[in-house]
Parts: sequence; structure tokens; C-alpha cells
Amino acid sequence: MSAPLLQVQSVAKSFGGFAALAGVTLSVRAGERLGVIGPNGSGKTTLINCICGSLKSDAGSIVFAGTDVTRLAPHRRTRLGIARSFQIPRPFASMTLAENVAVPLDFVTHRGSLHTADVRGEALAILAGLGMQDRADALAGTLTQVDLRKLELARAMASRPSLLILDEVMAGLSSVEVDEMLAIVLRLSEQGVTVIMIEHIMRAIMRFSERVICLDAGQIIAEAAPAQIVNDATVQRIYLGA
Amino acid sequence: MCRWGTFVAVSTALLVAAVLLTRAVENEYFFFAAYVVLQFIVLATAWNILGGYAGYVNFGSGAFFAAGAYTSVMLIKAFDAPLVIQLVAAAVVTGAMGFLVGALTMRLRGIFFSIATVAIAVICETVVVNWGFVGGSRGIAIMQPPAPEWIASYTRLLFVVMALLAIVAVTIARYIEISWLGRGLQALRDSEEAAESVGVPTLKLKLLATTISGALMGLAGAPFALYMTFIEPTSAFSLNYAVSALAMPIVGGTASWVGPVIGAVLLATTQQIVTVTVSSELNVLVVGVLLVGFVVAAPRGILGLLGRGRMRKSRVGVADAQRGGAR
Repeated sequence: MSAPLLQVQSVAKSFGGFAALAGVTLSVRAGERLGVIGPNGSGKTTLINCICGSLKSDAGSIVFAGTDVTRLAPHRRTRLGIARSFQIPRPFASMTLAENVAVPLDFVTHRGSLHTADVRGEALAILAGLGMQDRADALAGTLTQVDLRKLELARAMASRPSLLILDEVMAGLSSVEVDEMLAIVLRLSEQGVTVIMIEHIMRAIMRFSERVICLDAGQIIAEAAPAQIVNDATVQRIYLGA
Repeated sequence: MCRWGTFVAVSTALLVAAVLLTRAVENEYFFFAAYVVLQFIVLATAWNILGGYAGYVNFGSGAFFAAGAYTSVMLIKAFDAPLVIQLVAAAVVTGAMGFLVGALTMRLRGIFFSIATVAIAVICETVVVNWGFVGGSRGIAIMQPPAPEWIASYTRLLFVVMALLAIVAVTIARYIEISWLGRGLQALRDSEEAAESVGVPTLKLKLLATTISGALMGLAGAPFALYMTFIEPTSAFSLNYAVSALAMPIVGGTASWVGPVIGAVLLATTQQIVTVTVSSELNVLVVGVLLVGFVVAAPRGILGLLGRGRMRKSRVGVADAQRGGAR
């Protein structure tokens, strides 16, 4: 078996005296669909921030596609193929949707080598894939929650990642919209993108994941296939509230 | 948005016009006043590259301006260096200054940079006040060299030089604005974390912006001593430069390279007219009143009033308030 795409080894992160991550070890193989669950404050977003580089981990190492990225700046990791969405959407509010998507196209995919008109064409194609082509010239600051989350996804996809990390990209969406979003993410997965999905919506996690990990107090307390994880006694006690 | 061909043609025409003016206009004061307007175009454009595009407010434009001016003074005193060397040296010194301030503060966010720029103004002025070689607090007189044969006076020559610098500054600003660099700066202004996550090297871009902005401010100040034939710290470090450098882009509109040009022409011309016709004290009030008026009533400046540049670039103050609120 080949080396995993992402290897997180004993990663720890504290904020003052609070250990948000207390030594997390995790490996994700290429093409896998991994679900991450856990109560609020269990360290899910901190784990993502450490993997993506928004936070520097205090201890441990993170190896992505054979490269030790533990100390790399976030934009370098993105160029290596890690993309993310933010739990609280962070659009480039003064830009249009097309311009938002054009930023990763400019800075990662083509590194400034493509003409503005071609970049726009590609951005429009990505937006069309999410059914947002008619709003391509709207300002991102004027979008609804649903569209903001779709834009997060569109922008992450534009850097053509090999690992896509989604931080509660479905929060606040209606049941129909969740299905819509799931279909999009599953399609990406079929194209070979490895996906880590943090989500509170269990229906989405169950349908999407091949494997689920459950975090609590900065540690992985359970790891299993989706069908088993919901029956795990610890998970039921601390998270599912059974 | 005009194309590069048109832009280059218009720029060249303006430069030729500037040279022709030096032959056509008799009144020497015209060039004395026009120089100031052009100087503010350079200063305002330089400020806008960092303040408008990247959202980092520089309160210390006066320090960069004066550092450029005193670099020239030092070179004149020490080596009798020609104007071209003075300009290049001023750009290098103030560019390095911009890079250093950026490197020291840019790992932190917005407001720290602004505070550091205030500090650097104080530091630079203190250094100059205590540096006897360049005149210290008493100031120093600088003789204008004889004008070359093709032009009637040295002031007219400086006017042409400043016209060239204005064109250089605006060309650089325009290039940044329409290239992917501009999109990167705009992205980091809206959200640095999101910009990083989509591959924008935010620190590198910010340092590029502080360096270019600093170098252009130094260029605006480089011929100052030769133009005035006298320089002393209080006027070189005048708060007027710091205030004007940010008032002009805000009045004109920070969304596009045209904004600072409109703002500079409007404000600097008005100041010159008020100085001559009313009083030299009142001209500072003009800037203050217009700045307050625009911030309150037309935050996107004249460009916003004209409906140009859409909502693309929100006013710097708004972007800053949001950044502060999100922290």
C-alpha cells in the first residue's frame, strides 16, 4: 500500500492553558472521504487550521504528499494542493463572485500566466458547476448564507486541490440544499479529490463518509465506518446525546 | 478602463505638453505652483497603492517624503551629485524604509502598521533635527545649479521632472491595479486569512506594496530642497504631507488610479489658489473640510459620485473598521 496523502503525527496546539489539540494522529489516503464529528470546542476547526497552516502547531508534524508542511505558510500549502472552506464564510466582499474565484486561479492554478479574459472564463465555468453563473458579477458582500457557502466551495475548488477540507460547509442549509451540496462534493470525490468533511449534520456525514473520526477535548476518541460510529458507546455519550 | 496603448499615448502627450508649457508660459509662478500639484499626484498615488489597494493606512507619508528630500540634500552636500542620482538614491532609501517598516509590522495586522508609520515620522524628524551635516533644526540653503540650455529656469526643469515622476507613479499604480497583483492586494484587504488560503502570498505582496509606495513617496520629496532652495525639518516633515497624501485619494476615490490623480489635482490646485488669493493658513483648512465632507457624504470619493469603479473598493476607513471589528 502506498504512503498516505496526509499524515498528521501527534499534532498539539494550546491557547494559553487550554489544550485545543492534545496530540492528534491521523492519516488520510488519497481519494478517501473522511468525516470529522465532535462536540463544539472539541478541536475540529483547530485541527483544520493546523493542517492548512492558519495556525502553527506547537508540536507534532504534518506531512502532505511526501512533503513536510508543518512549518510552511498557508499559501504554500495551498499551492501544494490543500484547499479549505471557512466555517464562517470569508468572501472577498468587495469583489464579484467571478473575481473571488479568479484569485486562486491567478495565484495557484496559473500563477499569473493566463490572460484575464481566460481566467474569467474558467471562473465562470466553476461557478456554473455550482449553479451560480447568473450571479457571477454580483458582489460577494451581497450574497445570502447559502450562496456564501457555495462561494467558499467554488473558491476552494478553483485551486484544483488534491485535498479539500470543508469546515461545516452545509451549516444552515435546507435539506434540499444539503443534498445539492453533497452531490457536488461527491462528484469532486469521484474526480479523485480527497475530502475531509467537518459537519454536524449527521445525515450528510453518514451518506458522504467512508470513515468517520470523532474528536473530543482535542483527541480522537473514536474512528470507524459511519454505520459503526453511531453505535459507538463513547460517541453516543459525548456527541450524539443518546 | 482605457487600454495600455491609449494610456501610453496620453502619458506621452502630457509629458510633451509639459515641456512645451515651459516654453509657452511666461509666468514663473505657474511652474512653482504646478510643481506642487504634480508632487501631490505622486504622493497621493503612492499612498493609494498601499492604502487604497491593500487597505493599510499610512499616516507617515511625511517621513517618506522628507527622507527622500534629505537623501538628496545629503548627496548634494557630500558629492554635488546630479539630480538623476538624487532621485534614484531617494527611491532606494525610502523604498528600503518602506520595506523595513513593513517587515517589522506586517506580520501583525492593519493598525500596527499605521501606528508604526506615525512613529517613523517622529524618529526621522528627530534624526534630521540633530544631524548638523544636513542643516539640523536651522535648515540649510541649497543652490540650484544653472539650468540646461534648452530650458529657461531650473524650476521649469524640476516641473518637467515632476511631471515625468507623476507619469511613472500613475503607470505603476495602474499596472498593479489591473494585474493579478492588484487582485491579490484587494483579496488580502478583504480577508487576509482567506487570501492566504487561496494561495495569495500575503506577506510578500504587502512588502512589495510598502516598498513601492515608500519609494514613490521618496521620489516625490527628492527634488524638494532644490525646488525650495532651502530645507528645514519642520516644513519637510509637515503634517500637511501626511494628511494630504491620504485626503487626496479618499476625496478622489481609492478604487482606481484615477482617484488619487483627481483628488490631488483638485485639492492641490484649490490649495494653491487659496494660498495666493486668501491666505496661506487657510489652505490647510480646505483639505480638512473636504476630507471630512467626503468621508461623511461620499465615502467612495469623486469616483463613487461618478459611479465609476462600482463598489469594488470600499473606502479604506470602512474596510479598516471591519477588520478591527472582526478581530
